[in-house]
Amino acid sequence: MQLTLFLIFAVLAVAGAVNLLVQRHPIYSALSLVTVMFALAVEYLILGAEFIAFIQVIVYAGAIMVLFVFVIMVLNAGEVAPAPKSRVAAWIGLPVLALFAILVIGQVYGAFGATQLGLGEYLVQTGPVGNSLFHDFLLPFEVTSVLFLVGVLGAVVLAARQNKPALAHAQTEAEEPKAMAAGQR
Amino acid sequence: MVPLSYYLALSAILFCLGVAGFIFKQDIITVFISIELMLNGVNLAFVAFSHALRQIDGNIFVFFVMVVAAAEAAVGLAIIIAVVRNRNTLDVDQMTRLRD
Repeated sequence: MQLTLFLIFAVLAVAGAVNLLVQRHPIYSALSLVTVMFALAVEYLILGAEFIAFIQVIVYAGAIMVLFVFVIMVLNAGEVAPAPKSRVAAWIGLPVLALFAILVIGQVYGAFGATQLGLGEYLVQTGPVGNSLFHDFLLPFEVTSVLFLVGVLGAVVLAARQNKPALAHAQTEAEEPKAMAAGQR
Repeated sequence: MVPLSYYLALSAILFCLGVAGFIFKQDIITVFISIELMLNGVNLAFVAFSHALRQIDGNIFVFFVMVVAAAEAAVGLAIIIAVVRNRNTLDVDQMTRLRD
């Protein structure tokens, strides 16, 4: 029964990932990624990682993907016409990637083929995760919060800037910087 | 009972599909989405090993990967907005210059 559940959601995840590649419009790719994330959340639950499963749904599928969809809407992103040379790259690259995947899977099967994972054998609840996070991993946790602060500041600085063409900007600045500053208002 | 290798195989397949999207897709937003797909594939391997080795560290690493992915998404999407405002295109082949 556990294997059936695993296979159903594994197929769903792979189908979502393939659909992500096939779709031309970015909004369909983003929604396919949401499918992959929900399927992976179920896989995490099967593996007993409750905390990660719910964080996956709330943070990844909820917050990050909403950010993606929001940016796609803001930019009014449409389909990008495929370049002619990308067809050649796909014909050469896809078999190489498939070969790489088969090699990795073969190695993995040889090394870990005997290990079996049972349902509920090892349950990671939120309590132990918090314990580990705030004892053993306290310094990385704090560094991460600084990273977040820098990231938010960087995002605001990058996205909120009023962009002028670089050449015109340089010329006006050299000639009469005060007039340009007044003209911006 | 599910063998550990099944989880790792699924993880490898998702990672390879992410690499394929990163290399072959034309518009910059889908390239960025493919990076998230790769991170998800790696996360699955972390959680599977965490379960197999009976150690909680894998779960903690997945937590940090998610945090870094969130920060990366915020900064990356801001960069995409700035680039698209300047160049007025989403095609990665046309974003060949860092200047202006």
